[in-house]
Amino acid sequence: MIAKPAIPDVLREPGPGIGKPLSRVDGPLKVTGQARYAAEFNVPGLVHGYIVSSTITKGRITRIDTAAALRRPGVLHVFTHENRPHVAWFDRKWKDEDAPSGSPFRPLYDDRIVHAMQPVALVVAETFEAAREGARLVQVEYEAEPHETDLAARRHEAFTPGKEKGGFEPPPKPRGDPDRALAEAAVKVDVEYVQPTEHHNPMEMHGSTVVYNDDGTLTVHDKTQGAPNSHSWVCSVFGLSKSAVRVISPFVGGAFGSGLRPQHQLFMAVMAALQLKRSVRVELSRPQMFTFGHRPPTIQRVALGAAPDGTLQAMIHEAVQESSQFENYVEIVVNWSGQQYRCDNVRLDYKLARLDVFTPLDMRAPGAATGVPAIEMAMDELAHALRMDPVELRLRNYTDRDPNQDKPFSSKELRACFAQGAERFGWSRRNPQPRSMREGRQLIGWGVASGVWDAMQGQADARATLGIDGHLVVASATADIGTGTYTVMSQIAAGTLGLPIGNVTFKLGDSALPMAPIEGGSWTVSSVGSAVLAACERVRGRLYKLAAKMEGAPLGKAKPADMVLTDGHVALAADPARRVPIAEVMRSGGVLAIEEEARSVPYYVKRAQHTLATHSAVFAEVRVDEDLGTVQVSRIVSAVAAGRIINPKTAGSQVMGGVVMGIGMALEEETFMDHGLGRYMNHDLAEYHVPVNADIGSIDVIFVDEHDEVVNPLGAKGVGEIGIVGVPAAIANAVFHATGVRVRELPITLDKVLAGLSRRSAA
Amino acid sequence: MAEAEFSTLVEVSLRVNGERVSRRVEARRHLIDFLRLDLGLTGSHAGCEHGVCGACTVRVDGEIVRGCLTLAAQLDGADVWTIEGLSDTGEVRDLQQAFVARNALQCGYCTPGMLATCADLLERSPAPSRAEIREHISGNYCRCTGYEAIIDAVETVAAARRAATGQVAIGQATIGETAE
Amino acid sequence: MRAFSYSRAESVADALKGVVGHGETKVVAGGTNLLDLMKADVMRPTRLVDITRLPLNRIEETAEGGLRLGALVTNADTAHDERVRSRYPMLSRAILAGASAQLRNMATNGGNLLQRTRCYYFYDTGTPCNKREPGSGCGAIGGVNRIHAILGASEHCIATHPSDMCVALAALAAEIRVTGPRGERTIPFEAFHRLPGDAPQIDTNLAPDEIVTAIDLPARGFAAHSTYLKVRDRQSYAFALVSVAAALEIEDGKVTAARLALGGVAHKPWRDQAAEEALVGRPADAGSFAVAAEAVLRDARGFGHNDFKIDLARRAILRALQDAAASETP
Repeated sequence: MIAKPAIPDVLREPGPGIGKPLSRVDGPLKVTGQARYAAEFNVPGLVHGYIVSSTITKGRITRIDTAAALRRPGVLHVFTHENRPHVAWFDRKWKDEDAPSGSPFRPLYDDRIVHAMQPVALVVAETFEAAREGARLVQVEYEAEPHETDLAARRHEAFTPGKEKGGFEPPPKPRGDPDRALAEAAVKVDVEYVQPTEHHNPMEMHGSTVVYNDDGTLTVHDKTQGAPNSHSWVCSVFGLSKSAVRVISPFVGGAFGSGLRPQHQLFMAVMAALQLKRSVRVELSRPQMFTFGHRPPTIQRVALGAAPDGTLQAMIHEAVQESSQFENYVEIVVNWSGQQYRCDNVRLDYKLARLDVFTPLDMRAPGAATGVPAIEMAMDELAHALRMDPVELRLRNYTDRDPNQDKPFSSKELRACFAQGAERFGWSRRNPQPRSMREGRQLIGWGVASGVWDAMQGQADARATLGIDGHLVVASATADIGTGTYTVMSQIAAGTLGLPIGNVTFKLGDSALPMAPIEGGSWTVSSVGSAVLAACERVRGRLYKLAAKMEGAPLGKAKPADMVLTDGHVALAADPARRVPIAEVMRSGGVLAIEEEARSVPYYVKRAQHTLATHSAVFAEVRVDEDLGTVQVSRIVSAVAAGRIINPKTAGSQVMGGVVMGIGMALEEETFMDHGLGRYMNHDLAEYHVPVNADIGSIDVIFVDEHDEVVNPLGAKGVGEIGIVGVPAAIANAVFHATGVRVRELPITLDKVLAGLSRRSAA
Repeated sequence: MAEAEFSTLVEVSLRVNGERVSRRVEARRHLIDFLRLDLGLTGSHAGCEHGVCGACTVRVDGEIVRGCLTLAAQLDGADVWTIEGLSDTGEVRDLQQAFVARNALQCGYCTPGMLATCADLLERSPAPSRAEIREHISGNYCRCTGYEAIIDAVETVAAARRAATGQVAIGQATIGETAE
Repeated sequence: MRAFSYSRAESVADALKGVVGHGETKVVAGGTNLLDLMKADVMRPTRLVDITRLPLNRIEETAEGGLRLGALVTNADTAHDERVRSRYPMLSRAILAGASAQLRNMATNGGNLLQRTRCYYFYDTGTPCNKREPGSGCGAIGGVNRIHAILGASEHCIATHPSDMCVALAALAAEIRVTGPRGERTIPFEAFHRLPGDAPQIDTNLAPDEIVTAIDLPARGFAAHSTYLKVRDRQSYAFALVSVAAALEIEDGKVTAARLALGGVAHKPWRDQAAEEALVGRPADAGSFAVAAEAVLRDARGFGHNDFKIDLARRAILRALQDAAASETP
């Protein structure tokens, strides 16, 4: 049963549990190795597939010889574009929930090669090693065509995209006359920033285990951020009925966006299982983890003009970003600049350049982690030019209304973030002069930047079932990619029904459960949490009605409005000592279980009248070796305003993880390409550097109180993205403060620092 | 050594989590696949198959190793411990509890390998500094947690273990102390 | 990976019999590099001889007052050995600067010598590489070469040797003991690894039918004044962009003996004896060290992305020699 929940006018009081730093409920399974990931479901007769990747970047396959592979013991079949089973033809059949406009990539569809290491065959064998060996033996001949993979080479042929993707807003129209205002400004900066390709690299490689059931149906264990997304895509691509496929994904070994779209392994495993009528597992290798989507490289120009007192008079932020030849991947990059600061003359511009690469893919804080660092580095450059404290400059141009849309924020405690973050960090002791702090051969620098991310919400369903034993089962097809979904949903449910957390089981990651959108964009607490709240409220309403009908009970003639749920009892709000156990209420009403399903929909009207966003102020301390150019981040303080925090422990961990990914973005992460070959060259974990433990100093997370009645009934905005956004610029700004060297091309590796130091000493 | 001694199939007999296991394995079977596929011990994970990420860390003959760069064939007579066995014996229970209490895990994929490495560190160095902890577990990637909570958890356990055994830390060394 | 057959050797003689005359046979011990390369299809031996049970797993005193490190002693046990730590602190430090705890537990001293390059093109079979496939060209020249060689490279290969341990061994002037069908022999460390020349597929002067049995460390360990400095893209657990093993003997402020070897800059650990000799008799100060750095790098040449390594190496040499001069006890 699906019903719209009653939307309250005032924010509900948090129940017991909500807001508490509960330990994650899935922790015990994970620390004992019992949590099972997609490639860990072993079934009798399972066979293994291994993907063959193209050696060229663009062109066509002229010949595929599979004979040598098929001769190897254990090899069962080799799938290629020449012998693959029938799949859907229309582009729309290949679209998934996160697809941008264009023509989605179709594995093994035809002889065309459109990007490096494109899957060109699948070898299926009795064992994993036999499949991998077979894959080495597939002989492929190509006719190569010229390719272009260098954004710099195509930046001047870029085009302005439309609204190519859900959640994307093109930049607002220009305001005032930014070029003239810039020309006339007393103080200005006009600089270019370059950011590289990055890959998600979750610890678990993408895998799918497709169990071929006796009745011909498929049970698919997939690594995904949305079991329903994988489910509908598989049904659509292979022309299967919804009931013929079930997708299960209870545990996901990290994703950061990599699981937002169905990936190659899912197609391959399903295709092979259907054709061979056997259970099949396909896992991507780590190099193949670099073949299906990435944070796109971006070139940005930021020009700022200000009056001597720091008042912004001109802002120009232009970005050119990579997309593929076949889809228009877009993300909001420049809009944040116009939203964060008050300025009358603004031009924001965003363009795409087509390159012979795979389509980019949302990666943690897509767009914001790219665009916000650019404006925040430029603001630091402006502050230096103005001889002004960088926090003061930001506060000088602070805005309580979104200038892009001329709307109020639903809530915005960024000022408090700056204040509390600065206090914790000790910012007031900062000497504004670069190179003013040192310890031996180490130069020490302090930097600051702000962060911002949208507080989004989607439509979601949840079902709550309360048994007479007092155990509550809540279910929704959402995902927990490590974020804490199991835990916070259990908390919301327990809080709403006044139950101990141990009485609640939350089920997710199953396409058979009530619908939920893909888990991403920090909207899961908002979307699914609201549905859980609504479903549990309906259960509560049923309990109250049953309690009201009880005769001679301690509740007397109380009406539902007079009741509360606490500690497993229905009690009188005015006198909680007068109470009845839930089990007794249900028994007297003659029910063994109460089941309710609810759909939560965003507060469309209220939301449309506001801009909804999370904010952060990030303070960083770096130590730069003056001789060797190495940078270490010794301290980060991140003060975050994200509405109500359901669980400070899991939320704090999310922000810390974002901080470390931000350190990676600032100093280490970069997938570099040999443009001659059109191929990523450091496609493994040894040479694609992510931060290791020794790279990390102390990280301090502050959640600033923020009350929001617009965002959703929980007042929670979500924290998955905000942790990363402010970090790269805070570090880059700290590196400048330490050394006097501006590195405008991320990551800030030692060679760039040394080059700057050498230029500086030469000058 | 005669030609015949070379074989693509190898008999191995070893102990896994205290139990004797005898199997005939392909010479190219890696320890991590032997554990996960042949023995169903899926608590050890594969994250790169390249010896880098540490998700496959298991204990062999008392030392932590990479399961993805070890051949099962090489382990005849070896004593192998995985997270399943370490959990059953209770040897790492305090670390497991501290990991949960501190939220030193999110997706959990790196966690079994991380626990094996942390246990190894505490065995060698009962009072490690935060820098020593960071260095020792830098061969275990975690992409989710931000590492900080992992360090906190290890420090907590190290202190608790020292308290329990009546040891106090002086600098980096430890000395025993009588209870009185 | 491709199927292969396996044999476990119980003695050195056994192992040699297994290797003799079989070009596609490889010896495996810790396996940390070989198995990785086999998975990547870069190396394709058809037979593996497992030598982990051979009695080459001890560290012993030599008659000359040095130490003999068995080929099968793990890197971890070597680094933590009390004799190594006290008499050869530079070596211990170099080993611990490399890889991770797990890998050091597995990797053996012999295997460390035989590590192959980490060049991207060598690892990716979809690209050209003269080391992997002679005659196919060098992808790194004109390609992505940030981590590549600045010294001793050839037009055929600009790969670097990835070891940290070997840089310290080069500076210590260790000797490699090998055995084969023609008997035992000793190879001076500097003659063990090769420059790429026109045969970059051959990394070392170890014959295909020989195995390494031990590494001999001379008595002179430079314990008072030595260091190993590793400069890399992360604080831990990354290959060296540049590393320096620096060792000095100093009397009355003057250098009486010097050793200087670099990692991450060439196809082999790069020791420069001329630069070492030039230091002798000079004051142990920054001026002398700068002259030595210039001498080491006089023929250095970059390939684009790695141009920075020349300046970095100069800075690292200077820093390492200063640290070595300042260090008193390990």
